[in-house]
Amino acid sequence: MAASERLGRLVAALAGLLGGVFGSLVSAGAARAATLPEDRAEALVHVYEGGGVTASGPAVLVRKSLADKVSLTGSFYIDAVSNASIDVVTTASPYKERRNDYGLALDYAVRDSSITLAVGASNEPDYTTRSLSLDIAQETFGGMTTVNVGFTRAADEVGKTGDPGFSDQAKHWQYRVGVTQILTPTWLASVNLEGVSDTGYLGSPYRIALVYGAAVPERHPRTRSSRAIKFRAIGDLGSRDAVRAEYRYFWDTWDIKAHTAELGYSRYLGERFLADAFVRYYKQGAALFYSDNAQAETTYVSRNRQLSDFDNVVIGGKLSFDWKKQPGLYDLKANAGVELLNVKYKNFTDVRNGSLYSMRAAVLQLYLTATY
Amino acid sequence: MTTPVAAAPLCLAPGRRLPRLGAPPADRQSRIRGVRLALALLAAAAAVGCSTPEPWVKPYERERLADPIMRLNRDALAAKHSEHVRDIREASRGATGVQGGGCGCK
Repeated sequence: MAASERLGRLVAALAGLLGGVFGSLVSAGAARAATLPEDRAEALVHVYEGGGVTASGPAVLVRKSLADKVSLTGSFYIDAVSNASIDVVTTASPYKERRNDYGLALDYAVRDSSITLAVGASNEPDYTTRSLSLDIAQETFGGMTTVNVGFTRAADEVGKTGDPGFSDQAKHWQYRVGVTQILTPTWLASVNLEGVSDTGYLGSPYRIALVYGAAVPERHPRTRSSRAIKFRAIGDLGSRDAVRAEYRYFWDTWDIKAHTAELGYSRYLGERFLADAFVRYYKQGAALFYSDNAQAETTYVSRNRQLSDFDNVVIGGKLSFDWKKQPGLYDLKANAGVELLNVKYKNFTDVRNGSLYSMRAAVLQLYLTATY
Repeated sequence: MTTPVAAAPLCLAPGRRLPRLGAPPADRQSRIRGVRLALALLAAAAAVGCSTPEPWVKPYERERLADPIMRLNRDALAAKHSEHVRDIREASRGATGVQGGGCGCK
């Protein structure tokens, strides 16, 4: 079957699902015409520093509507990485590389639905990704409920620097559905569910595992499926401030289970400042085949600390400043955000000193946003 | 050789009652209670009426919800960067509410 035909059937099926399931809700209130996202430009400089890794770069996004029916978005994002993480310094040599990420999206508003078709490309010297995604949002129930369904298909080409003979692929499918509900004139809540399936090479050709203390190449399963469900609520507290709470539960076929909880508070300061603060707690269990130092030969083995048992706490804040405004013409804001994170690994030993590894990192975002 | 059979108790433990003749077993009683509860709920729904619920927050009451302070993801690029930082450190993924999702990186 041709890819375009399959895509056409998918769109028809999703539209049928929305129409069938939510048709009765639409009839409960007058349907409203969906609106396109506002014309917008964003320019960002980002820096990540911690655990021996520095990653920084610029990013730009521009969105413009055409004839009030279609909106086009173009974006690019650069990550210049200098890596001397514990994995690298204990098994290889520090390196530098750059990742370029490009995105193009088209939003289309029809009746009370908005449809987004997006393509993306990410290039690293030894890893490339191409992706296609489709998202549909439909307002129902007199505009009180918004239902989202989406799908992403991505394909990766995996190489290994210094080994031209190594080449492999990975494919990913993401299916998501979400509902955002107006609860009261001051409270909103949402539920999002997403399933991801992967097949192909899902490890790193550079990373090693330890078996009886000896270094061996890591061996990961070539398939993985995961599910995640997230609940969010946000409420206006009435003093030009708002509070939000989020919880996500994640589980997958590698037996990893994770909990994420986040609390945030936002407040206007004077006429021109908006401040945000949040705290985020994350905790996950280890994959079935993860071992700090395996004491048996098994089909799969990994010492990837991303798959280990750990928790982390993030505190963050952001300040937005209304820089310039011309009513009806443009609105320019300057923004600065900082995140501080602390990760504690419970079963990953720093082989340099024999103690459990932990790390701290800082994230900085400086950016301008303009609507016009 | 015959297997010894435990003798039936000749008397009830204190506080227990003999079941009535013809009374349904305990699991059946539980099912009957469930059916009664469902019928009661159906009757209550019928009494209320079968009309579809009306939107209870009118468009003119949504001014505060439209304020930027109430947006879950205010700035797309900053949200994408934060997701990327988490994707490379954590095993969990998905249901972030950030459109497209995924980091497209090793």
